[in-house]
Amino acid sequence: MQDLTNQFVELVRLAATSLPPDVEKALASSLENEEPGSAARGALETIMTNVQMARDNVTPICQDTGTPIFYVHYPEGWSTLKLKAQIRAAVAQATQHNYLRPNAVDPVTGANTGDNLGDEHYPTIHFEEVEGDTLTVELMLKGGGCENVGAQYKLPDNRLGAGRDLEGVRKVVLDAVYQAQGKGCAPGILGVAVGGDRGTSFVASKETLLRQLDDTNPDPQLAALEQSLTSEANQLGIGPMGFGGKTTVVATKIKTAHRLPASYFVSVSYMCWAYRRRKMTVAAGQVSYS
Amino acid sequence: MRKLNIPLSDEDIRSLKVGDPVMLSGKMLTGRDAVHKWLIDTFIEKKRQPQGDDLDVYAAIKPILDGGVIYHCGPVVSGLDTGDYKFVAAGPTTSIREEPYQGRVMEHFNIHGVIGKGGMGATTLAACRQVPGVYFHAIGGAATLIAKSVEQVLGVHKLEFGVPEAIWVLQVKDFPVVVTMDSHGSSIHAEIEDRSKQVLDTLLAK
Repeated sequence: MQDLTNQFVELVRLAATSLPPDVEKALASSLENEEPGSAARGALETIMTNVQMARDNVTPICQDTGTPIFYVHYPEGWSTLKLKAQIRAAVAQATQHNYLRPNAVDPVTGANTGDNLGDEHYPTIHFEEVEGDTLTVELMLKGGGCENVGAQYKLPDNRLGAGRDLEGVRKVVLDAVYQAQGKGCAPGILGVAVGGDRGTSFVASKETLLRQLDDTNPDPQLAALEQSLTSEANQLGIGPMGFGGKTTVVATKIKTAHRLPASYFVSVSYMCWAYRRRKMTVAAGQVSYS
Repeated sequence: MRKLNIPLSDEDIRSLKVGDPVMLSGKMLTGRDAVHKWLIDTFIEKKRQPQGDDLDVYAAIKPILDGGVIYHCGPVVSGLDTGDYKFVAAGPTTSIREEPYQGRVMEHFNIHGVIGKGGMGATTLAACRQVPGVYFHAIGGAATLIAKSVEQVLGVHKLEFGVPEAIWVLQVKDFPVVVTMDSHGSSIHAEIEDRSKQVLDTLLAK
């Protein structure tokens, strides 16, 4: 089996310092929508300058380099034990290179491990065996500010008048955006999971964020809801950084997960504008990044 | 664009209004969750005895905070092995977590400026009125750009809190911020929250 430690360090570097093209494009078009001279436009101009500076200087876009969340899709024959060891070694090396801030803190004592290696969930690594012979590893860096404004609802929700249907989903998601205000570093991207149990629902709400921002949900009902949620969230007028403005949410991505008859969870993972995700593909021994 | 030097005078603070862009220069400290809790527990509520270098750190930061600025920031720092510290990435963290502490810390030290992101609540706004002080909003996530305005890292206290949570002493030049809460009771955050609530209620009633 190939040792991919160095290639994983490169994946982390790329994710932390170079915003993906689809995210940068969406932010650039948000900027054009904001009024000249407004605080919202000023915030987005600073954001765009920072994105370019981080890429040129090879330094983190945001100092909160977040929880590293890896999604590994491996063909038969790869050892997940070895892949996990290589990923962990790469995360520690990337921390030494200052691509990552030391972020793993003992929840009880508050002690920082200094190298981003915590218990079995830190960094987070999801493994899934796949058909074929291509290995793909996706990495998402999710900061604490936006993670803190994520929310989970249980339908029906009487406070919001939200029933057990997509109309109820719509209402609770809009409430989540309102509650977040600018605290999750708006403009954000919404990962929404409908269904599941409490755990799988939150996991799915992050997985759905791996989609390209400009893609379309294959389910027409969900595609329509994604469009209308983004548009209605923007009517809230919270704007970039919560300064007020036209762009509060850049995109909404919805995923469903089968649920128990009794449970109807809706989970919202809020992703900040600095949506750092990158993908590494290993095919026939060749490594490429996107 | 106003350019102000730290320490900030009462007149400087009273002249600032929400929406004003400002460039700050001078000496400031970083301090976030662990620091605020430590200050409250040890020196304000005094429910724990000072330990280790607590009193020395208190004596060192007190004059910098008098009329000074505290920055809610957990930076990425290079030179940890050599002690030749440089700020690599240093944007603001979400300030609202300090809401239970901030007002009392401002009053205790006579802090005139708090830098962070996302805004703070009614208790901090009241302290801004009284001390007087303002809340300066930096652009969240703009960490490489903001690190450029940190000319020098003058020192660090409480590194045992971890790199993000330590008290970093900084010399900054033209640090870019916008006033979003002023000393006259205005808060952009409270305004936007009220306005967006009205829209939300309309959307939920549809």
